[in-house]
Amino acid sequence: MSKTLFDKIWDAHVVKDLGNDEVLLYIDRHLVHEVTSPQAFEGLRLAGRPVRCPERTFATMDHNVPTDENRMNITDPIAKAQVDALTENAATTGVTLFPLGDDRQGVIHIIGPEQGIVLPGMTVVCGDSHTATHGAFGSIAFGIGTSEVEHVLATQTLRQKKPKNYKVEFTGTLQPGVTAKDMVLKLISIIGTAGGTGCAFEFCGEAIRVLSMEGRLTICNMAIEAGARAGLVAPDQITFDYVASGNRVYAPKGEELEKAIENWKQFYTDEGASFDHELTIDVTTLAPQVTWGTSPGMGVDVTGEVPALDAVPEYSPADVRAALDYMGLEPGMKMTDIQIETVFIGSCTNGRLEDLREAAEYIKGKKVANGVRMLVVPGSEAVRYAAEKERLDRIFVEAGAEWRYAGCSMCLAMNADKLRDKERCASTSNRNFEGRQGKGGRTHLVSPKMAAAAAVHGHFVDIREEL
Amino acid sequence: MKKFETFTGVVAGVDRANIDTDALIPKEHLKSIKRTGFGAALFSDWRYNDDESDNPEFVLNKPETKGAEILVARNNFGCGSSREHAVWAVVQYGFKAVIAPREGDVPAFADIFRNNCGKNGLLTIELSAAQVDEIFQTLEKEPGVKATVDLEAQTVTLHAAGGDDEYAFEIAPDLKKKLLEGLDDIALTLQYEADITAYEAAHS
Ligand code: SF4
Repeated sequence: MSKTLFDKIWDAHVVKDLGNDEVLLYIDRHLVHEVTSPQAFEGLRLAGRPVRCPERTFATMDHNVPTDENRMNITDPIAKAQVDALTENAATTGVTLFPLGDDRQGVIHIIGPEQGIVLPGMTVVCGDSHTATHGAFGSIAFGIGTSEVEHVLATQTLRQKKPKNYKVEFTGTLQPGVTAKDMVLKLISIIGTAGGTGCAFEFCGEAIRVLSMEGRLTICNMAIEAGARAGLVAPDQITFDYVASGNRVYAPKGEELEKAIENWKQFYTDEGASFDHELTIDVTTLAPQVTWGTSPGMGVDVTGEVPALDAVPEYSPADVRAALDYMGLEPGMKMTDIQIETVFIGSCTNGRLEDLREAAEYIKGKKVANGVRMLVVPGSEAVRYAAEKERLDRIFVEAGAEWRYAGCSMCLAMNADKLRDKERCASTSNRNFEGRQGKGGRTHLVSPKMAAAAAVHGHFVDIREEL
Repeated sequence: MKKFETFTGVVAGVDRANIDTDALIPKEHLKSIKRTGFGAALFSDWRYNDDESDNPEFVLNKPETKGAEILVARNNFGCGSSREHAVWAVVQYGFKAVIAPREGDVPAFADIFRNNCGKNGLLTIELSAAQVDEIFQTLEKEPGVKATVDLEAQTVTLHAAGGDDEYAFEIAPDLKKKLLEGLDDIALTLQYEADITAYEAAHS
């Protein structure tokens, strides 16, 4: 029988059929961070249960760590308690930890791929909704809650119902300046933030095939913003080359890698396999996207306007009104007239080396506009080292930006990097919810290139006209 | 996990769609390493003024609805992050059930959130849009109205002044059993220890 990529990996991980459509699914990789894990470890301890497979479990601190010079000195007592709890929990259970100050520390979804922890055909979970990121390798990766984190720690399995298969095909060729981020923002504005509920996306089509791993990671990262549990891309030569390159400590090497690649080649959707939903998006005329509201689905072309209250199919006029009130915008305003005060480049969506290169390439020799603050936060320490080797840090600093250490930073503002009330930000992260980047802060989601261009102009511009 | 028992409690309505996990528990409150104490943070951006005093306009601060046990909202409730703290906040405030409507393709509850509810003994009840409209109309007229939730019978009965309105709801049989018996997932799974070990042996 023809199977989808998702179904092949799923079927290979079923330990037991539990009935009622539920299976016990084996988990190959469990990623752990400081915010959603303490209660899970606490629960295990209270029940006297050990961690079943510490060798399959990898942890780091990313959500609340400072990213400035003084980062080793966490002054927020609760952040410190979480970081200390993870250190202690890793030490007592034998889980691998990349602690603050380690060369391999960083946002958990950046370091998983980077260190070769996540590979094609695997099942990957983390107590974090952006776990979908790792699906870019052709793996089943999804976010779980803290009770499930405890369940995986104790059993290395999860009780799961199989999601539906949703095929998202991107056809055509992107125009210069338009990126993977714009593709996924477009998808979300088409189907809404609940459009993928109960589904796993498979992203395919020629526009996906030519994307780098970084671009594929960006798209899978935001699958959750369209409501899907997971997003996958079938592995191909680009995937295999990525795994073989760099210093991926946990990836197979040499002959073992060759054998693994032969095995990974089975992970694609068979001819004739059927999907529950299908959508095709032609990217040929896709413009750079900018969000105007408080949901990732509230986005338009940069050449467009803030929409009329009744012109957004996925949202009611009241929702649009509430979003615009929060954002301080009115229908009919041109997106390119929106002035920004802050620019954030980073996060697990766009904090990889390629993202920083793209932003640096644009900003080289230019200056951040007067009154604009720009923060560049590498997604991991390895990204920071690599960027500094290419002197990208110099380019950003000379342009007037701040260059930071790795962490989630202003993506969710759990550390000191926050927007002030009503402060407006062009951000390469993935969520523009009310208060996401600081209470009252106003977030516009864009690609790294668009963010860099907004920093220089002080307002949004169509990056295609800048090239 | 405690067994889910039939109860009668005050109903509070928050008339909004897409109430996300950031609204349920703003992230300043996520830094605890404990499992308890999140109830006071529920809806805190809406519930408290900037000076931390109660916002008298918010439903949970009104005398009739303080201490409510049944929450009603619009669709796609709990969207956003996977943080289980959002469910803990709802549960630890004292809610035992949340009601929301499915509207066309838009689900009543976001996936991960609904899943997390089941693991924490919080019952998610999906009704039709028209039924939820009706409940909101009653809440408007009769703030502080009570309802009885009977999971065994799969009904919510709103005790409106003009007489009881009973609404039947669907629930997956396995989830129903788990809630009624208060079963812990890990203990259930560890019954299959031998299967897990066999899987590991076959795949190493
Ligand atoms: S960078 Fe943002 S989205 Fe990614 S894991 Fe950190 S907080 Fe979550």
